[in-house]
Amino acid sequence: MADHVIKLPDVGEGVAEAELVEWHVKVGDVVREDATLAAVMTDKATVEIPSPVDGEVVWLGAAVGDVVAVGSDLVRLKVEGDDSRAAPKTAAPRMKAAAADSAEAAPPAKRPMAAVPERAPAALARREPAAAPPTRSAPFRQFAGGAPRAEGERPLAAPAVRLRAREAGIDLRQVPGTGPAGRITHEDLDAFLAQGPGLARAPGLQPRTAVEEIKVVGLRRRIAEKMAIANARIPHITYVEEVDVSKLEELRATLNQQKRHDQPKLTLLPFIMRAMVRAIAEQPNLNALFDDEAGILRQHAGVHIGIAAQTAAGLMVPVVRHAEARDLWSCGAEVNRLADAAKNGTATREELSGSTITITSLGAMGGLMSTPIINHPEVAIIGVNKILMRPVWDGSAFVPRKMMNLSSSFDHRVIDGFDAARFVQRLKTLLETPTLIFMED
Amino acid sequence: MKDISCKLLVIGAGPGGYVCAIRAGQLGIDTVVVEAKKLGGTCLNVGCIPSKALIHAADAFEKIARIARNASPLGISAGKPAIDLAKTVLWKDGIVGRLNSGISALLKRAGVKVVEGWARFRDGKTVAVETEIGPQVIRAEQVVIATGSAAIELPSLPFGGKVISSTDALALNEVPEKLVVVGAGYIGLELGIAFAKMGAEVTVVETLSRILPQYDTELTRPVARRLRELDIGVLTDAKARALSPDGATLAVETADGKVASLAADRILVTVGRKPATEGWDLAAIDLDRDGPFIRIDDQCRTSMRGVYAIGDVTGEPMLAHRATAQGEMVAEIIAGEKRSWDRVTIPAVCFTEPEIVTAGLSPDDARAAGIAIQTGLFPFQANGRALTLGEEAGFIRVVARADNHLLLGIHGVGAGIAELSASFALALEMGARLEDIAQTIHVHPTESESLREAALRALGHPLHI
Repeated sequence: MADHVIKLPDVGEGVAEAELVEWHVKVGDVVREDATLAAVMTDKATVEIPSPVDGEVVWLGAAVGDVVAVGSDLVRLKVEGDDSRAAPKTAAPRMKAAAADSAEAAPPAKRPMAAVPERAPAALARREPAAAPPTRSAPFRQFAGGAPRAEGERPLAAPAVRLRAREAGIDLRQVPGTGPAGRITHEDLDAFLAQGPGLARAPGLQPRTAVEEIKVVGLRRRIAEKMAIANARIPHITYVEEVDVSKLEELRATLNQQKRHDQPKLTLLPFIMRAMVRAIAEQPNLNALFDDEAGILRQHAGVHIGIAAQTAAGLMVPVVRHAEARDLWSCGAEVNRLADAAKNGTATREELSGSTITITSLGAMGGLMSTPIINHPEVAIIGVNKILMRPVWDGSAFVPRKMMNLSSSFDHRVIDGFDAARFVQRLKTLLETPTLIFMED
Repeated sequence: MKDISCKLLVIGAGPGGYVCAIRAGQLGIDTVVVEAKKLGGTCLNVGCIPSKALIHAADAFEKIARIARNASPLGISAGKPAIDLAKTVLWKDGIVGRLNSGISALLKRAGVKVVEGWARFRDGKTVAVETEIGPQVIRAEQVVIATGSAAIELPSLPFGGKVISSTDALALNEVPEKLVVVGAGYIGLELGIAFAKMGAEVTVVETLSRILPQYDTELTRPVARRLRELDIGVLTDAKARALSPDGATLAVETADGKVASLAADRILVTVGRKPATEGWDLAAIDLDRDGPFIRIDDQCRTSMRGVYAIGDVTGEPMLAHRATAQGEMVAEIIAGEKRSWDRVTIPAVCFTEPEIVTAGLSPDDARAAGIAIQTGLFPFQANGRALTLGEEAGFIRVVARADNHLLLGIHGVGAGIAELSASFALALEMGARLEDIAQTIHVHPTESESLREAALRALGHPLHI
């Protein structure tokens, strides 16, 4: 028997570290060659780490949420034979699904992660044969909740807590402990006193004092970081305008009625995308990425429209590439395909990166208006609100019209308010008179 | 005499009984306590306190004697010391006397009536006390039995003459030249070491195969080493038989079946203690027993309603602080509070040299209970304060659950370590984990740093070893 050390492989593109987002194995598991051991997430993608050999897991090198340096020990397996220790193999990573979007030209996110270089040598120095190091470098945070109390085990509580419970007539065995190692705290007792043992207690409104700690990891952490960067760096100007989409809706209904069998059912999005392509032709500085560290605005000829999509894991932004080269039907088909891929977790890294401008739509829930956060380092985001039938004064009478608001944000460092307004007004004109979208120049 | 009626009657004013009475008095309960001897019981009069006084005197004497022999590295010289044990005993009696009157004052302040005399049960609510001025009948709604324990006598070596109990040993007027201690439990070793330091030639006879058999060998090894340094003879697997007809020697059957004769001026028999369940007509109320002890539940209730029992009479461990905690609890129960015994640990100290402290489970206990554990041991050899005291024997050892690092036991052996027992017990009662100890700053330079280092070692990263 011998130890086989699996290191975090190079997951590509000059990535130096990755966040461990999921373990597929635990210590003691027997794994087959090619079985998935773990999933790690880089700035750009989620990567599965397969096992290069058969063996038994004897040690895991990180906890979910830890950032692990490429090349540091990830898993230790006990394998047959004794050849493997000298040359620890690195498993070939399998790219699976990408994270929240990230543009091609964006510099790799720079995050200070001092812990990683310090930890890697420690892990190497400690390599002992077979014996699994029990605590390693992070003993203080290993037991966030502690082992749950086994049946019949004496409840763990400080003497003062025990006394209070006794005086209140509470059997501590009934009280869940939230403290270290499942210790019952005064607060746990307060909560139990307030809530009672559940059904036995009289109905009525009860205050709840529990606080659940949820680790922000994986996609959620990427979203949090991106949002913080966007909001901290970009002075947003948000411009809201109403659009009469009555004609557009008529056109859409007609097209959906007459469409060929192989053509997709059209939503409003393809129309907005085509309108944006036309407006961008007149204002190309809105289809750009602002590298504020270099002081360069990169204006793109191709219009790559990110479509913010809600998935079970959180916000993702799949990208319709080259909208300028797609007709209405192609745009519609591509949006549908990408939305499905994002929701199923099968979208590739390329499909989730490289946008130059973004549309955010909450669909039927869209609300009256919103204040979208720009998809950094882009400079504009178009927010689509809900269509409502509203009375509109046509000069002689109120008439019912289908009205929709556009709430759009712009990077005020490089886009003036006038330009923002001009762009939205152009979109309004195009959408209110949809023929213009399809007119040859 | 007119009968006394009260809410609570406590029989015995030892560390269990008198504390129970004080607490009951504080809580406004009409309380009477009966004591045949002196207030404070075995602990204060013939146990904990006098033995510690004697041990302290012996320590002081031995330090000077070592200096006089030029066996001390401190660079101090002194003339050969002498000890007048009668004066030492007077000093000890003075301390005991002060504490006796202290208890008396505390009982008085709490409004407790003290009746001096020997109580006998008539029924579960009534006792008759033989006082100096005649029989006194006391009727009570609730009774607490706190009669304590007494030294066990060997049939072949009855107390009297040369054969003495620990009580007698604490009242000797001179240091015996040759002392044989029968029984290498903590009482025999504490006193044997003290007399050896005062110049006696001491031999310890133990029927089992090692000293202090209730402790694991890791803990007793430093004590065994110190016994050798003090030239105390230890005969294990040996049985004390009887005195020779002229009374000059004690016959001892050794492990190989031979009988040796040990010359002895005094023979101290410390083979254990038994509950004091005789002489007060316990049969009249016929309480359930647990072996020789009175059976109690987790509220110290006996099998008879309204009758409680606390302290040594209820079983092991026979320790004053256990009795005190029980007495306090029972007083509060009688006052209508909701209480029950839920202590994690009853820590114990053995005042040998070096001292031994135990709190919670030993590694063997924990393994026997099927718990996966991590242990950490830190020796005083690596502790600066221990070296400056010239006391580098011993260590502190922690035992924790492997899965969540909850401390299960803290044990230690070393000079002066008795004073650390409170922090050991506190850690266990608070449900501390190894990390809690590791994250607590321990003062430098103190021996207590070894507790933190032991925890760090269990976590795999000690600093000073």
